[in-house]
This record gives sequence, structure tokens and C-alpha cells, in this order.
Amino acid sequence: MVGKKGGSKGMGAAEDAEEELARTPLQAIILADSFTTKFRPITLERPKVLLPLVNAPMIDYTLAWLESAGVEEVFVFCCAHSKQVIDYLDKSNWFGQPNFSVTTIESHNAISAGDALRLIYEQHVIRGDFILVSGDTVSNMSLSQALKEHKERRRKDSNAVMTMVIKQSKASPVTRQSRLGTEELFMVIDPETKQLLYYEDRGDNLKGYLSLDKALLTDNTSISLQNDKQDCYIDICSPEVLSLFTDNFDYQHLRRDFVKGLLVDDIMGYKIYTHEIHSSYAARIDNYRSYHTISKDIIQRWTYPLVPDVQFFGNSATKLERQGMYRAPEIKQSRSSKIGPFTVIGSGTSIGNNTEISNSVVGEGCSIGSNVTIEGCYIWHNVTIEDGCKLKHSIVCDGVTMKSGAALEPGVVLSFKVVIGRNFLVPAYSKVSLHQQPIRQDSDEELEYADNSSGITESPSVSGTLDLLNEEERPELHDSQEYEVGDGGVGFIWLVSEAGQEEEWRHSVAPIPVDKLVAIMQISNDEVDLPNEDGAFLPPSGELGPDSITNDSNEDAEDIRDDSVIFEREVEATFQRAVEEDVTDDHVILEVNSLRLSYNMASADCAGALFYSVMKLALDAPHDSPNELYKNVVSTVRKWKKLLKYYLPSIDEEIEVILKFEEMCLESAREYSPLFVQILHHLYDQDIIQEEAILDWASEKEGAEESDKVFVKQSEKFIQWLKEASEEEDED
Amino acid sequence: MPDIERLVNDFVAKLSKRKVEGSQATSRLTAELLRSVVSLQRLPPTNSAAVLIEAVRGIGVKLVAANPVELAVGNIVRRVLHIIREEDLSLLTSKTSDLALSAASDDEGTIDQDYDPTQSAAAAAAAAKSFLRPPSLHALLENMLDKAVPSNNYTSSSGGDSEEKSKADKLARTRKLKHDVIEAINILIEDIDTCHELIAEQAVEHIHQNEVILTLGSSRTAFEFLCAAKEKKRSFRVVVAEGAPRYQGHALAKELVSRGLQTIVVTDSAVFAMISRVNMVIVGVHAVMANGGVIAPVGMNMVALAAQKHAVPFVVVAGIHKLCPSYPHNPEVCLNDMRSPAELLEFGRFSNCMEFGMDSGAPLQVVNPGFDYVAPELVSLLITDIGGHNPSYMYRLISDYYSADDFDLQGRIHK
Repeated sequence: MVGKKGGSKGMGAAEDAEEELARTPLQAIILADSFTTKFRPITLERPKVLLPLVNAPMIDYTLAWLESAGVEEVFVFCCAHSKQVIDYLDKSNWFGQPNFSVTTIESHNAISAGDALRLIYEQHVIRGDFILVSGDTVSNMSLSQALKEHKERRRKDSNAVMTMVIKQSKASPVTRQSRLGTEELFMVIDPETKQLLYYEDRGDNLKGYLSLDKALLTDNTSISLQNDKQDCYIDICSPEVLSLFTDNFDYQHLRRDFVKGLLVDDIMGYKIYTHEIHSSYAARIDNYRSYHTISKDIIQRWTYPLVPDVQFFGNSATKLERQGMYRAPEIKQSRSSKIGPFTVIGSGTSIGNNTEISNSVVGEGCSIGSNVTIEGCYIWHNVTIEDGCKLKHSIVCDGVTMKSGAALEPGVVLSFKVVIGRNFLVPAYSKVSLHQQPIRQDSDEELEYADNSSGITESPSVSGTLDLLNEEERPELHDSQEYEVGDGGVGFIWLVSEAGQEEEWRHSVAPIPVDKLVAIMQISNDEVDLPNEDGAFLPPSGELGPDSITNDSNEDAEDIRDDSVIFEREVEATFQRAVEEDVTDDHVILEVNSLRLSYNMASADCAGALFYSVMKLALDAPHDSPNELYKNVVSTVRKWKKLLKYYLPSIDEEIEVILKFEEMCLESAREYSPLFVQILHHLYDQDIIQEEAILDWASEKEGAEESDKVFVKQSEKFIQWLKEASEEEDED
Repeated sequence: MPDIERLVNDFVAKLSKRKVEGSQATSRLTAELLRSVVSLQRLPPTNSAAVLIEAVRGIGVKLVAANPVELAVGNIVRRVLHIIREEDLSLLTSKTSDLALSAASDDEGTIDQDYDPTQSAAAAAAAAKSFLRPPSLHALLENMLDKAVPSNNYTSSSGGDSEEKSKADKLARTRKLKHDVIEAINILIEDIDTCHELIAEQAVEHIHQNEVILTLGSSRTAFEFLCAAKEKKRSFRVVVAEGAPRYQGHALAKELVSRGLQTIVVTDSAVFAMISRVNMVIVGVHAVMANGGVIAPVGMNMVALAAQKHAVPFVVVAGIHKLCPSYPHNPEVCLNDMRSPAELLEFGRFSNCMEFGMDSGAPLQVVNPGFDYVAPELVSLLITDIGGHNPSYMYRLISDYYSADDFDLQGRIHK
């Protein structure tokens, strides 16, 4: 029925595509939990997807976009605060939409995107290609083109399981930092087929070096390495993606585990492609800084028609005035107050005399007193700000009261219902909540989850526990506890650890301090090797190829050593968990394999690390004498023989194991040194180590220094015996 | 009335998501929706017209709020309200004249009848006066004064009848009202459908041999208008300004060429250079306001000013559904649509100009208004379905198609 009004050229094409899609209902999965702790302490009380973004909950943007893009069935996966999400969806009528069904899937056990997808797979609700987004995505892109491409590729090659949506972004490090607060993203894309070949989203750790697998260059006629792209976190997936998550149960993070896993591992030859959008908008709110940037983009109307003066869903429409000022029709504003550009004022808000508001969003039902200055702030609903307050670049949640004369320095976050006392100055970057900061738990497991699930590297000390865990063990408010927010104030200031302080400025809504900006510019200027020009470029292979690792750069070598130490630790942790939880060998192998891939280690390293873990286990078992220790070793080795054997397919790995053992005896586990020969013999008896390996090891060591030969000498007799035995065999 | 609600919500959703494009399509859909509202609405036997008006008005307010930029929605709602009022009045007139007739023929006069004829005659006269089209300004004023009379009269006259008879009568009347209104809306829909042809028929009177016509952007009405002249064997040239940033002019040029018209595409900024060679500017618009000014795609004011400078006639073609009874200075009217900056430039290429993370200087700001307002002084002629008019004549057309009570849709609701 849409009138073909002459030039609506885009519409015609979109319609055709929509018709084609209509044959199978298009499905989408929204993960209504980001599985991170970035929005703490706010997310202790309300799920992230319900936080207001320019006065409308984030999930409304995502749902409205999906609906307008022609998606017919949406599954909202709720985890933390699931009840609030479901209640909201119910209340706001999303459930009752014609031609757009919204179903919630609830779980309290999922701790990562991987878990969520595994759960959805078990429910057997996904029948065809689906869109995978998180509930904090803001976009206005039309999916039809990307879907068409995806389907066409699928027809030709059933292994093209996923299409990732990417968007151009200027490659300057300042832009990246100041816009989304993310790290540099490197992608290698085949310029013709648009296949994704390499993905690295922790660009800041690379220190200016990027190592690509040689195979990338040999297997592809041309590749383009791009660092001027932004990942929109919108994926068009085939049903295989869900089963892949189920098969690889250790996949947690969508990008870090799944995408990298597929790319590095070559599982069944599955391929990932990219689709670049140009004129449409797409971004994901990952931290406070992107919250700030995306709010501004919305006010600047990049997300049209999802803008404040259009009633896209349930939000009360405001009126757009000059200079990007949006005012709801029912506000009380004093004549002497000034409202600056790019400001949104929600309905029912009253503003007192001589108050100045600029670059800010003020929610509904707020009352703002006289002589207040508000600059670059996000004030949510029903906030009371008394006379003379000063707010700069802060987030103020629902129901907060600021007593007269209080002030907020840049980067402050006031969580729900906090009261700031009279004339109290809240220091920069502090977070104030009615809840006390959870006591840090440093157990390995926790760390791993936090690390796996967070979108971006966070120094482990700040990443606390998950929202979910926290809700259960929410700290009770003690009356005796003194509040730290001034006279008559209510709320706790959360401590920021030293390592975290460093990160605070990156992810807050406050502008980046000048000195940090200078520092970023400095770094980028140092990286003159990498051209920061527009568009894609092909790196000179010598510089970025695998050879660069072998450069004599100390830094690099250190990096590798660091990596291997971490890797060893990870393997040990995995193994220990396996022992404690009685995990079968197969699963341990799987986990260790994935670790190997993520740290890019050789299988010899695995063997070494695993052997180390086994020996460590034996050592940790209670024992009084070397004899008992030996018995421990014998029993442990018997138990894990199969596992060890799996990683010892050739002589090289076996030699590595012997070397590792030697190192242990010298350094970490001296108790083994008297037992070296005994254990070596035992390993030989158990067929874990073959005689060739031992002989090779001995001959390798012949040229070494005296100090290194201690154990060779110790085992001289044994080696002698081996040699004789083999000679005898030869004679036969 | 869950069915009505569902229909309305569907359409509101479509409007608010800007899924309906073009005034004509929007008007048609609005009229169709209101037709089903009228047919589904349950009406009480008495006062049915008022109930119907209230229902349509309520829905109208919702629809207008859903997309305040598309003025055609409000226009159609007002048209339908006007239709209901007129049909109600004509029913009443026929009824009262019936009564008057029966009263006159009846020999046995009662007190009622003595009193009735004079009253009903006055009412009939008033109704007939207001029913004649077009009413004079005087009649309009008088009508407002007399408005109370017909309803009073109706209740008093029905008081004389027996209960049962009046009930059946009222039911029949309600049914008749509904039927008549639906018929009238059908005619309205037909009008909307045929507006292009009706306008195009007038093309030969305006476009002459060997003329050069300039147009901006793309409008179906203007396209049909030009094609109609071509079909009548007129040969002329068309200059198409491309209409940045949506570049709908490109599509129009393509279509014109496929119809065998000589077409020249120029950038919007070249309009002034071209205008001295142009004989007439013919453009389609978004809406025609009550003062004769028009709301048109962005860039139109520049074209109109250029045309005025060179004394080139600036002709606007617009279906009558685009005629809006409000004035452009009315705060209720949402004159412009600020569209996405993405139409102007690609976000990715300029992302470094939009750094909000830094304090230094304001970031790049992109403004992309959808429409221009062209003042009535600049418009030479407005061609609608019913002929060509001077902009100053618009108020007259408005009094034909709308009733003054409906100009402010929201007013009543707030009270």
C-alpha cells in the first residue's frame, strides 16, 4: 500500500527483500544481560537493558529496531534481574504486538553469552537463520541487505555460518577512545569475499606489533588488514552457531571464544563473513563512555527515526527546538533559566530560577532548584536537585536527592535513591550506591568468568563478581555503618582500587583529561610504523608477518614468556578443577585445547604444562618421605596416564616433558630431585616416555654446561641400561 | 471495541515508525481506517452523530500525534468529521421537512403541531442554507449561532411521537447516518485516488509548446501533470533539480526520460543559473496551508525566490487532501521534520569530528531539515483536483471542506 512516490528508491528494494524474508519468520535473540560488571553499581539494582537512554529504556531501542527491520519473533534471554525485565516487557505492551512476538527465556544459571546460547539451543526454538544482538544495541540499519547476502552465501557454501555487521570508524586512537572507550580492533578481511580471517579486539595490548599467521598470506590471494572498523555486535547467525556453542561447552564470550575459536581452530571449516554498513547507524552500549556517546548520537539524530521527538515506542514524544534542544510539552521552566543546546528535558520536570542546563539529559518528573548548574549530565527520572547544586559530567539515577549546595565532579555515578548531603563535594570518578561494595573475591573461578565475560579487558582486581551472584548475597545495610556522603546523606562511596583508577577515566562519561589525551596522542605518534590513514592498507609483510616475533625486541620476548606463564597457570587451574570435580579426560582435553588456541601455544607446551600439573598434584598430596612421594607419583600418573599420553604423540613432546621435569626438580619442586631417576624409570615403564626420547634428551644435554647436567649424570646408569637394551634389540 | 483499537494501534505504529510514505498513501489509509471505525462503532439511538464525532476525533488526535509531520492525516480526520456533521444535518433536514409536511397535511391540529411548523421551518431553512455549497461567510457565521436550534427541535418533536415508533425511527436514523457517512467516505477515498488524474487533466491549459519547465525533487502529482501534457502532443523540456540530500530528482528524471520527455538534471545550486531560461516552475508539495503558503521539500524556497526574481510563474500542484486548515504560525503545526544526518554524510568518515569525550570545542553538528516553507506571495498558482486557484483563495476552499469546529482537533479533548 505504500505509495510509490516517485523517488522512494530505497523503499522498493527493501520491500522486495522483506517479501522474500516473509516466507520464513525471521527470528532474533536478544541477550538481556551483558554478563559484565561495567555498569556497577547501577546494575546491582536494575538490569542494564532497562537503564534509560535519552529517557527510554535501552531494550526499547533494540526491540523497536528489530521490529522495524522485519523481525517477527524475538526471544529475550533474561538472566540477572530477569523478573524486572519480564515485568517491564509486560507492562510496556511488547508482548501484545501483532506480527511481532516477544518471548522471554529465563535462566539464573547462565554466566556468559555462551551459556545463554546453549540454553536456547536446548529449547529448540530457533528454526532458521537468526539475528543475535544484546539488549543494549542501538541501530537503525535495514537488515534485508545483510540477510540477503548471508542467505546467498549459505546457498553456495553451507559453512558460512555467521555474518558480522561492521561499520567504519576513523582509525585515530583518540576517536576510538573518546567515542566508545574500546580498544583498537584489528580485523583481516578478504576484500573480495568479505570473509573474516582474523579478529583481535585487544589491540592495546599489542604494543604496536601484530602477528599474523603465515598461512593467512599463503592461502589468500589478497587480504586487507583493517583497524578502522567498528564491531557493531550485530550478528546474523545460522542455526549451526547454537550447536557449535553446545559442542564446545567452554565457549563463553561471543567474540573472544567463539569468533576466535572458529578462525583459529578451523572447526569443520566454518566461516565467518562481514557486512559493512555505511549510512545506517549501529552501536552497542558497553560502558559509561559509550552510553554518553550514543546518547549524544541519538540527540544528534543519527539514529533517526529512533529519536526523542518521534514516538517509536511508548516513550513520550518531546518537541525538537533549535540547536538540538528537546523539551516535553509539560514542563515548568523559570523564565530566568537557560537551557543550552543538545539537551533533553522530560515531561513533568520543573526548573528553577537562574538554572543553567547544557548538553544534558533530564528525565521525567525531576525537580531542579534555583541557581543549579548542570553540564553534560544524565539525570534520570524523579530526581530532586536542590538550590545551588553543581553537576558536571555525571550520571544521576532515579530517585536521587541532592541537598542544596552539593556538587559532583566529573565522572561521578550516583546510583538509585542516594542522598547527597548539604554542601558535600563528591570526588571525581566516584560511584555512590546504597549498597556496599561487595567484598572482592579472588578465587580463580570467579576471575576466569569475569575475564571471559567482560567485553573488554578489565584489570582483574576491579572485576568483581557477577550481578547475579551479587543479588543473592546482597550486603545488608548496617545502621551502624556511617555514610560517607555528607550531612544527611545516604549512600556508600565505592572504593576504586589503584589499578582501577587508571581505567576509570577511560570508561566514564566525563571528558578525557587533557594529560591522558596527550598521552594517547604520544603513543599514536610513536606508532609511526603503522599508517593511520584512511581505508584499508596492506601491511608490508616483513613488518607484520610472523617474523616480527623473532625480532630481538626484548619486549616481545617478555610478552611471550608472560603468555606461557599465564598459560601454564591456566592449564594447572583447569587440571585442578578436573581433579576436584571429577571431569572426564575428554573434557579436560577439550578445555586444554581451547586454552592452547587462545594463547597460541604448541602442543608440546600443553604436554609440558599438563605434566607439570600432574606432578604438582602428586606433590601436593600428603607425604612424609621420598618413598611416599614416589608412591603418590605412581598413583597419580596411573590415573592420568591417558591424558598425558594424549598430548605425547611424538618424541618432541616427550623431550619437552623431560625438560620440564628437570626444570621442576631444579626450581619449583626440589623434593623431586632425589627421585628423578626413579620417576623417569617409572614413566618409561608406563610407556609414557619412550627410550628414544630419553636418549635424545641425554645426547642433547651432552654439550650443556656442567650445572645443567646434574640430572643427566644422575640418570647415567639408567641411560646406560637403556642403550644396552636397545643395542641388544638391534643385535637380535 | 477491541477491534477498532487494534486497527488504530496498528496504524499508529505504522505512522510513528514512518512506514507510510507520501501524502496520498497516508490520506488513503487514514480514510480507510476511519471508514472501518465508523462502521464498527456502536452508536446509541440518540445523539448518535455527536458520539461518532467524538470517537473519530479521539482517534484523530492519536493519529496526528503519531506523525505530526504528515499533515494529511489531520486533514483527512477533519474531512471525515465534516462529512459526519453534514450527513447528520442533511438527515435532520429531510426529517424535519417530512414532519413539517405531515404537520401541514394533518387536519386535526394539536398544540404541538401548532408550535412545530414554525420551528421546523426555521430549522429547515437554516439547514438548507448551510447545506448549500459554497456557503457565504455570512452563512457560516449565522450557522454557528443557529447551531443549537436543530437538536433542540429534534428532541422536542420526537417527544410527541409514541415510544416504540420513535425508537424504531431513531434506529433507522442511526443506521441511515452510518450508511451515509460510509458512502461519503467512499467518495472521499475515490477522490484521493483520482486526484492525480484530475490535476493532470488541466495540464494542457498550463504547459505550452516549446516551453521549459523546472521542477525540484520528485512528486507523483507533478510527474503525472508533466506526462499528461506530453500525451497531448505538447513538446517541451523539463529541468529537474536533483533535490539533495534525498536525490529524488534522479528518480524523477529517469521516469521522465522513459516517457520520452526531454530532461535536464541540474544540481539544486544551479537553479538560479537556469531560471532565466525557464518558462514555468511546476512542483509538488508536502502540504498547502490555510494562507496559501506551502510546505515543500527542502530547497523549494530558494527555487521560489529565484522564480520571483525572474518573474517566472511558480505553480504548485497538490491534491485537495494536502490542503490544511491551519496557518503556518500555529504552534500546533509541526512544520519540519529533522531527518537523520546520515543522509548528508557517512557517519564512519566523520566519526573523529564527533568526539564528545573531549572538552575542546563543539563537535560537528549536522542539520538535515526535510521541508521548506514557501510564503504565499511567492506562489503564483495552486492547482488542485477542482481547478487552479490563487493562494489567497485557500480560505474559501477550506470553508468548503472543513467545518470550523474541527480546526483544533485537540481543543475539545483537553476541555
